[in-house]
Amino acid sequence: MRVALVLVVLALLIAALAAVPWLVSDYGLGFMLNLMCYLVLTVAWALFSGTTRYVSLATAAFFGLGAYTVAMLIKVLPIYACFAVALGLGTLMALLVGLVTLRISGMFFVIFGFGLSELMRELLVWWEINKTHTMGRYVFVPFDTTMIYEHLLGLAVLVFAVGWWLKRSRLGLALLVIGDDETMARQAGINVPLAKVLIFVVSSVFMTVVGAVMAPRFGYLTPNVAFNPMISFTVVIMALLGGMQRLWGPLLGVIPLILLSEQLQVRFPFWYSVLLGVVFMVIVYFLPRGVTGLVEHALGLLREPAALPRGVAELVASVRARLVGQPTGGS
Amino acid sequence: MSLIEVVLGGVITGGLYALIAVGFNLQYGVARIFNLAYGEFLMAAAFAAFWMFTLAHIDPILGMLASVPVTFAANWLVYRVLMLPLVQRARTRDDLEGDTILATFGLLFVLKGAAQLAFSPDNRFYDYLNVPVHVLGFTFAANRVLAFGVACVAGLAIWLFLTRTRYGAAMRALAIEPTGARLVGVDATAMSALAFAAGGALVAVAGTLVSTFLTFNPAVGVEFTMKALVVVMMGGIGNMVGSLLAGVLLGVAESLCSYLIDSGLTLAVAYFLFLIVLLVRPRGLFGTP
Repeated sequence: MRVALVLVVLALLIAALAAVPWLVSDYGLGFMLNLMCYLVLTVAWALFSGTTRYVSLATAAFFGLGAYTVAMLIKVLPIYACFAVALGLGTLMALLVGLVTLRISGMFFVIFGFGLSELMRELLVWWEINKTHTMGRYVFVPFDTTMIYEHLLGLAVLVFAVGWWLKRSRLGLALLVIGDDETMARQAGINVPLAKVLIFVVSSVFMTVVGAVMAPRFGYLTPNVAFNPMISFTVVIMALLGGMQRLWGPLLGVIPLILLSEQLQVRFPFWYSVLLGVVFMVIVYFLPRGVTGLVEHALGLLREPAALPRGVAELVASVRARLVGQPTGGS
Repeated sequence: MSLIEVVLGGVITGGLYALIAVGFNLQYGVARIFNLAYGEFLMAAAFAAFWMFTLAHIDPILGMLASVPVTFAANWLVYRVLMLPLVQRARTRDDLEGDTILATFGLLFVLKGAAQLAFSPDNRFYDYLNVPVHVLGFTFAANRVLAFGVACVAGLAIWLFLTRTRYGAAMRALAIEPTGARLVGVDATAMSALAFAAGGALVAVAGTLVSTFLTFNPAVGVEFTMKALVVVMMGGIGNMVGSLLAGVLLGVAESLCSYLIDSGLTLAVAYFLFLIVLLVRPRGLFGTP
C-alpha cells in the first residue's frame, strides 16, 4: 500500500517536472535546465565518490568529452548517434582511467583526475589548430531548450533509479564495505578493483551523456568552454554541501548553489570563484556530513524524547509497567 | 637547432621543475599535506615579480628578497591556521589526505579567483634579459640560463639544509618514520609547519624564475601543480634526490616533444610519463617496486 502511494507521488512529481517547459518563462526554463544538469552530475558523482570515498576531480573531463564529441560529429551524424558515440567514448575513457589508477591507490586516482580535463583541453586545442584548422565549432541542431530539458529530466530519473537499485544490490553493499575499510573488503572476498572500476564507469557515463545533451545549449563550443574546471569544482561542492549519506542529499546542495550561481556567475565570475572556494572550505571544516547531516541530526533530536526531570522518568516508567499486558486497541 | 641543444634546453627547464617538485615534496612528504593550491603560490610570486618589475623596475632576482619571505610566512600561516585543525581531527592518514585535498582544492579557487579579480585574467609578460648568451658553444636565452643557475643555488641550499642541519634531519625523519620521529623528540607540529613554509618559499623562487621567461596568467597554477605532482610521483614521495632527477627527466622529455611534435603538448608529456610510472613502477622510479 505504502509502496504504491510512493510510486504515485513520484510519478506525479515527474509528470509535473516534465510539464515545466509549458508552465514557466524562458528564463525559468533556463534555470530549471541548469538545475537538472547539475543534479544529474552531482548524483552521478556521489554514486562513485560517496560510496568509495575517492574524491573524483574529473567531472569536467567527462562532461567536456561528451559535449565536444557532439560538437565535432553533429555535422556528419544524427544527434542520437552523436549521443551514442559520446556514451561509447565516455565508457572507454572511464575504463582506461579506472583500470590504470584505481588498482593502486586513491592518491593516483585523485591526481590523474585533477589534471585530466586540462589534458583533454590541451590535446583538443592542439588537434583543432594543427589538424582541422578550426578553433571552436557551432552546434546548430533542431534540439531546443525544451528537448534538452526533457532529456536531462530522463537522465535524472535514471540516475536516481540506478542509485536506488545500487543501495539494494550486491555491488552497492560491496562498495559500502570498500568505503569503510578496504583491507576488510578484500579479506571478505570482494573483488575490490572490479567493484570500483564498475561504479566509476557508471558514474562517468552519466557525466559524459549530460555533456553531450548540453552541447546544443552552448551553440558555439571551444575546448576551453567544454572543459571548464569550474564544473568539477561545482559538482564536488554541491555533493559535499548536500551530503552523501542519502540519495536525495545532493538535492540540498544543488538547489542553493544554482540559486547562488544565477545571481553571481555571469555578472561577477571571479567573485563567484572566490565565494565558492570559501563556501567549500566552510563545508570541509564545519559541515563534514553536509546539510543532510544537519537535517538528520535535527530529526534525531525531535524523535528522541527530551530528558525528563529527575523523578518524573521513574514515574513514567512505573505507569508504563502497569499498562503492559493491557490491550491497547487495534494496531 | 641541434638535438644536443634541445636536450640542454630541457635540462634547464627541468631544473625548474625539480625545484617545484622538491617544494611539493616537502609539503607532502614531510608535512603530509596534499596541497592542490601549491601552484597558486607560484602564480602569486610570478605576479609579484611582474608588478615589481613593471612598476618600480626592481630586478626580479632582487625582488625575491621580498617575495620569498612573504610567501614563506603566508605558507606557515596556511599550515598553522588552515591545515593544523585538519591534522588534529584526522584519525588516519587517509582521512587527512582526503580532508587536505578538499580544503586546498577550495583554497585553489579562492586564490585563483582573487588573482583574477585583482589582476584581470589577461596574459602577462615582461622583457627581462631576453638576449642570447653562448655557453659551451651553444646559444641560450640569458633569462633561462639565469633561472637555471638560481634554481641550482636554491636546490643546493635546500639539500644542504636537509642533510647538514638538525632541522633538516628532523624533517627527513618525519618523512620516513613519523611515529619514530616523535618518539625521539621531534616536534612534529613545528617541523611540519616549517617544512610546509619552506616548500612554499621554494615555489615562490620558482614562480619568480618562471615569470622571467614565460607568459603567465592567474590560471597557470593548476598546470604547475600537476607537473609537481607527476614529478613527485616519479621520484618517489619523500625522496628529494628522486624529485630532482625526475624533474630534469620531465624537462628533457617536454623539450624533445616540442622539438619533435609540438610545443603545445607539454601537459600531455607529463601525463605520458605519469602513465608509465603508474603502470611499471607505482612506487616511483627509484623506489623499491
